[in-house]
Amino acid sequence: MVGKWTKRIYLTIAYIFLYAPIIFLIVFSFNSGRNSSSWDGFSLKWYSSLFDNQRILKALYYTVIVAVISSVISTVLGTLSALGIDKMSGWRKKAILNINYLPVLNPDIVTAISLMNLFVFFRLTFGFKTLIIAHVVFSTPYVIVSVLPKLRQMPDDLVKAAQDLGATPFYTFRKVILPQIMPGIFAGFLISFTMSIDDFVISFFNTGSGVTNLSIEIYSMARRGVSPEINALSTLMFISIFILLFLANGRDLIKIDRKRGKIND
Amino acid sequence: MKKKNSIAHYPYIVWSIIFIVVPLFLVLYFSLTNSDGVLTLENYQKLFKPNYMNVFLNSMKLAAISTILCLILGYPLAYVLSKMDTKVRNFLMLLLIIPMWMNFLLRTYAWMSIIGRNGIVNTILKAIGIPAMNILYTDTAVILGMVYNFLPFMIIPIYTVLIKIDTNVIKAAADLGANKFIIFKRIIFPLSIPGVMSGITMVFMPAVSTFVISKLLGGGQFMLIGNLIELQFTTVGDWYFGSAISILMMIIILVSMAVLSRYEDKDEKEGGGFLW
Repeated sequence: MVGKWTKRIYLTIAYIFLYAPIIFLIVFSFNSGRNSSSWDGFSLKWYSSLFDNQRILKALYYTVIVAVISSVISTVLGTLSALGIDKMSGWRKKAILNINYLPVLNPDIVTAISLMNLFVFFRLTFGFKTLIIAHVVFSTPYVIVSVLPKLRQMPDDLVKAAQDLGATPFYTFRKVILPQIMPGIFAGFLISFTMSIDDFVISFFNTGSGVTNLSIEIYSMARRGVSPEINALSTLMFISIFILLFLANGRDLIKIDRKRGKIND
Repeated sequence: MKKKNSIAHYPYIVWSIIFIVVPLFLVLYFSLTNSDGVLTLENYQKLFKPNYMNVFLNSMKLAAISTILCLILGYPLAYVLSKMDTKVRNFLMLLLIIPMWMNFLLRTYAWMSIIGRNGIVNTILKAIGIPAMNILYTDTAVILGMVYNFLPFMIIPIYTVLIKIDTNVIKAAADLGANKFIIFKRIIFPLSIPGVMSGITMVFMPAVSTFVISKLLGGGQFMLIGNLIELQFTTVGDWYFGSAISILMMIIILVSMAVLSRYEDKDEKEGGGFLW
């Protein structure tokens, strides 16, 4: 329909558009000047000042800690729940699945302020604990959604066979069910981990007393004015993401990303 | 594990009631009360004031424009990608996804510097003798931010549907004398509708509820529904009105999801349980 070159040029422009901000951030992280409109020569000073910036380092620490804790909790809670939900039937199952879908379908800001209301209602102090709870709330549904299909695909006979051969329920779970649903659990863990790392809206409303994460820090820095330290930080983040993605199998990530879907905002 | 003795879901039932159902009812409750704790509809009446209606219309308008732009830009891209060799297209899809793994705020922040008054775009324009543009803090900047951030959400579902189309169907049409244009119009496009619908959902929903893009690229004064909610909870402190806006936004989103999901691919609904 269209010439080969038209296609190639279109693809090239599209990819330039997608990478423009990232290339911009990387290039200007090596700029010695503060202003990102002119190039004042090569320098690594923003990298060194980044590592002296206590605020950013603290935010990085909280981001990672919150992501690890909340994704481990969500994975365990989500997997157990999926096992239970799989055994349910009828309207109860439908009801719980629909409730489970609410945090996925709802705009982040609605989930965020609903949790904020809850914490205020129960007079909890905003901080580390509320942040963890909020992250577990929005990532557990994704774990359930990735484990459930694996459970459904698993032939019933496998469990029956194991029990006929004398396996206890726990042994059956460990040796038969768990290996079968492991890919789903792992995918669920990855989704909740990356969503927690990336989250801004829910954290923004549900944290307090000095606990911030990188997104919140970037947001406040971006509003206060452009700081080249953010450029240095994004370069480091981009390089680590790039390495991680190429180490992992790229094709699986497309699947995960579809599920991340609406989350990115 | 026998059918009967599973109690594994009880913790989650309790969990989801406390942290999903109760919070939403609290939002509903706050939206129906005022600061004196009296039941009232005044928060909802306030929504219909012209200045708030304008915020709603503006959000819908910008989100709709961005969604249409994403579709116009994204469909051809998904189509071109789907026609490539498996190896090449897998690599290109990976390249498409990598930017999405970068922190969303960082990418938006980068655009602030690129299109700013002294940004790189204006520097280049001045160098070649074209007057500088002031896009930052306008509607255009907000739309640019939305299209940039959500374009992959349009491309991925369409691409996924396009690569699944049975090539024999296309061959059959060609054998029966259809030209490329007719094949596209009568076969490929209709078969890709589920992907288009889920793309539209995945772009429109975050676009209509964003407050970050509008805050960073639209400047402090820029108001979308998201900003209005954020303002009520952070600055104004009118939680009652903020809750009412949230309830309205939730209704808009869930209703449009219900409508759009009718056209979506059934296979994609693994894990079941939409609200209808």
